[in-house]
Amino acid sequence: MADTKPKTVGMPMLHKVIFAVMLALLCVLPFVIYPVFAMKVMCFALFAAAFNLLLGFGGLLSFGHAAYFGGASYVAAHAAKVWGLTPELAILTGTLAAAVLGFLIGSLAIRRQGIYFAMVTLAFAQMVYFFALQAEFTGGEDGIQGVPRGDFLGLISLQDNTALYFFVLAVTFGGILMLYRIVHSPFGQVLKAIRENEPRAISLGYQVNRYKLMVFTLSAAFAGLAGATKSQVFQLASLTDVHWSMSGEVVLMTLLGGMGTIFGPLVGAAVIVSLQNYLATFGAWVTIIQGVIFVLGVLLFRKGIVGVIAGWLRRPL
Amino acid sequence: MFELLNISPQVLMGQLLLGLINGSFYAVLSLGLAVIFGLLNIINFSHGAQYMMGAFVAWMLLTYVGIGYWPSLILAPLIVGAVGIVLERLALSRLYHLDHLYGLLLTFGVALIMQGLFRNYYGISGQPYNIPDALSGGQNLGFMFLPNYRAWVVVASIVVCFGTWFMIERTRLGAYLRAATENPVLVGAFGINVPRMIMLTYGFGVALAGFAGVLAAPIYSVNPNMGADLIIVVFAVVVIGGMGSILGAIVTGYGLGLIEGLTRVFYPEASSVVIFVIMAIVLMIKPEGLFGRTS
Amino acid sequence: MIRKLAMGATALTMLGTIPAMAQDTIDVKLGVLNDRSGVYADLSGEGSVVATRMAVEDFDAAAHGLNVEIISADHQNKPDIGSNIARQWYDVDGVNAIIDVPTSSVALAVAAITAEMGGVMLNSGAGSTELTRGQCQPTTVDWTYDTAALANGTGGAMTTEGGKKWFFLTADYAFGHSLEENTAAVVEANGGEVVGTVRHPFPATDFSSFLLQAQGSGADVIGLANAGGDTVNAIKQASEFGITQAGQSLAALLMFVTDVHALGAETAQGLNLTEAFYWDQNDKTREWSARFEETFGSKPTMVHAGAYSATMHYLRAVAETKTTEGPKVVAAMKAAEFDDPLFGKGYVRADGRVIHDMYLFEVKAPGDSKGEWDLYNQKATISGEDAFLPMIDECDFTKNAG
Repeated sequence: MADTKPKTVGMPMLHKVIFAVMLALLCVLPFVIYPVFAMKVMCFALFAAAFNLLLGFGGLLSFGHAAYFGGASYVAAHAAKVWGLTPELAILTGTLAAAVLGFLIGSLAIRRQGIYFAMVTLAFAQMVYFFALQAEFTGGEDGIQGVPRGDFLGLISLQDNTALYFFVLAVTFGGILMLYRIVHSPFGQVLKAIRENEPRAISLGYQVNRYKLMVFTLSAAFAGLAGATKSQVFQLASLTDVHWSMSGEVVLMTLLGGMGTIFGPLVGAAVIVSLQNYLATFGAWVTIIQGVIFVLGVLLFRKGIVGVIAGWLRRPL
Repeated sequence: MFELLNISPQVLMGQLLLGLINGSFYAVLSLGLAVIFGLLNIINFSHGAQYMMGAFVAWMLLTYVGIGYWPSLILAPLIVGAVGIVLERLALSRLYHLDHLYGLLLTFGVALIMQGLFRNYYGISGQPYNIPDALSGGQNLGFMFLPNYRAWVVVASIVVCFGTWFMIERTRLGAYLRAATENPVLVGAFGINVPRMIMLTYGFGVALAGFAGVLAAPIYSVNPNMGADLIIVVFAVVVIGGMGSILGAIVTGYGLGLIEGLTRVFYPEASSVVIFVIMAIVLMIKPEGLFGRTS
Repeated sequence: MIRKLAMGATALTMLGTIPAMAQDTIDVKLGVLNDRSGVYADLSGEGSVVATRMAVEDFDAAAHGLNVEIISADHQNKPDIGSNIARQWYDVDGVNAIIDVPTSSVALAVAAITAEMGGVMLNSGAGSTELTRGQCQPTTVDWTYDTAALANGTGGAMTTEGGKKWFFLTADYAFGHSLEENTAAVVEANGGEVVGTVRHPFPATDFSSFLLQAQGSGADVIGLANAGGDTVNAIKQASEFGITQAGQSLAALLMFVTDVHALGAETAQGLNLTEAFYWDQNDKTREWSARFEETFGSKPTMVHAGAYSATMHYLRAVAETKTTEGPKVVAAMKAAEFDDPLFGKGYVRADGRVIHDMYLFEVKAPGDSKGEWDLYNQKATISGEDAFLPMIDECDFTKNAG
């Protein structure tokens, strides 16, 4: 089987340049805009990228990704606050929990397709929400508050916003690069083959369900990584992150940026989070503007921002 | 948790009746959703917002024009349906050739806009709407006090559900509709204006949501968020019944109302999640839904 | 930016008129952080901004050498959005105090950030007792109400009046649970008993099933340990099912005048509830509420009134201490008792809990109501010491610091 797999290609020059520019910008960013806001954008960018792995490259629309994002944020917050783990271990614990949850739900959900798949994931996500509301350790609708920022590896204090920023930058950027690697690995190529034509992939001898479960688990794990990191940034975990509207929001980010593109989800997340942040003074207009973006996006820019740009450049982005 | 033994048959009867009443709302709402999905292949995520709009239109008719409950029961759905038709013409009609996902996202966006606008103008606390005089009061059934209005809700919903089912499954018009979904080109070739038929179907589905909204106005608070969370529950009902199955949506609507009612007695905390548990189980065992046609 | 310039311009003209104060003007920036689009938008929202602005005008900040600017934002009831805004306000925008903050989860997060950043949290909207107990902070001033005070007011009064058997209809989340627990304790302390409880999912629209269970329990009083739309719906349906006509009374444990207004006197009549403020209590509250209504368009809630009075007391402390450093200002607020036009005499306890009277109201019958906002009869006054929970030692910051 190894021989039949397409050859892994190295990262194209254009992507290398974009990643490098992005990293350079991100290193200067905390000195230009507010670091906590920048960290929020990065967490959501990773979340959207993780979701995109499933939707854009795996062709599976999950409507319950809040479960992994929020679930991991609860576990990480609990680990840091109650068990007193250092930030990186707390995040790791959260990620692991999300991966396990993703594996369990995924193994049931992948038996269904299309809208039914989406509904199964929604159903399980609602159960996770219910659990978060009922369970003792999650603190009900107060959430887990006052999570300590702790010391990285037990050595470097993350109290300072800038120190925390570079920690979060390392985690999220690392996560995004790993996702890139996964997409462009032989595994990613098989995923694309399944997305394009499942029966053909089966007839080529691929165990489609195993691939689907794997991508589902990976996507859940990275969504968890994002959620766990977010809980360390904001020092809290709350029901917002497990609510079904969060699952909707990540779909919005991915589509707005451009599903199935590398950079689209990052752009989409940045746009949506900025809108929520800078429009906060406009009150109820935030939801209306979000609605308008949905409508215009679906009617006019179905490929998303990055998708449209990629079309102009005639290069995959 | 299991106070089963403490519950007398009378109380149980009462709870089942209440479940049936709630099921009436689910049935009318999921029916509209199923009609739209079955015939247009659009997942209408703005259904909850359109339900809210029905209630609000009834309230506006009363407050600004002085039109009471009974005319509103016809007028409000017509107005909501007309707004739906405009939406279909301007936006949805451009998406029929695309994946379900886009219709869902578009209507989700529309729901956000509608809820946001109503919130801006009318606030969040809700508006009062009284039960019509003819239906105030209630009957003492022995095991419970049944308000007349609730009884009316059950009757009205059964009539509307049966009427819709009959129209789509048993009349010539319904046959055209179903044929148009299967093969629009062929039906068009027979001289039937397919786009107009689809437009009217969407309007009808939306009007059903508006009708449920008017029914709900006197008993639930008329506020901009009243349909926001309802939509995913109703959507789950449609999935359990089998996407696009008219009969499935109706039967499942009433059935889940009953099941939810029982949950409220035995494990009230879980009554909002029980529908999703059932949905997960049904999808695992019978993915096409209880009444779905296997494709 | 334009607003900033305009504010600066007004400040300049003011400086022109009062030259003596020009040298030592203190810049004070107040941030009103609340729900402007969700379930609490009507009872807090823009109204709290209006109330805060009125406080700045009534205090005549310029004459006291203060240059006050007010900014506001919507936290959408999401703790992450709220805490992001709060951090940014303190870090970047130079905000000195954050006002209102309904929704307990957001309030707790903002209170922690405020303590860390040395600001002041003037809570009016959130009801969690945790703010001045388990998660108390030295820079929190909790002005208007908390769940324990509501429980004491309504629970205590109705039990002594003869409502001995209680059945709770509780929203199934931390807020509902604590409201139920607090009230149950008061009921039992007054010789009553709890005959049953049903926890309903949050939010819920249909309450008929729960009401029927409450009816079957034979309780005298049905305590509604929920809030907002849930309470409104439960009351509406209780009237439909003839619960109150059959002799059981309803006790709304958290209800605002906007909720009663939404229900209308017809449906809500006879309902008992506790509030810290009602617009039609005396000449002072009427005068203030009339001015509020002129700008805002409807009568104020107790949350709006709390935003006004808390800001007043805060500005007094700033003018006196000539600083905006949170701990010092809060110390001054705790040191000075107040006699407020809206809340009467009171003081800020060492743990940040503001002690003032609470009132038990009964909703008027439609026949007695002379206008759409003429809704309450005042039944009883509960003194602040009786209404609020006693201080726990861990939160006595004066003791801990010394």
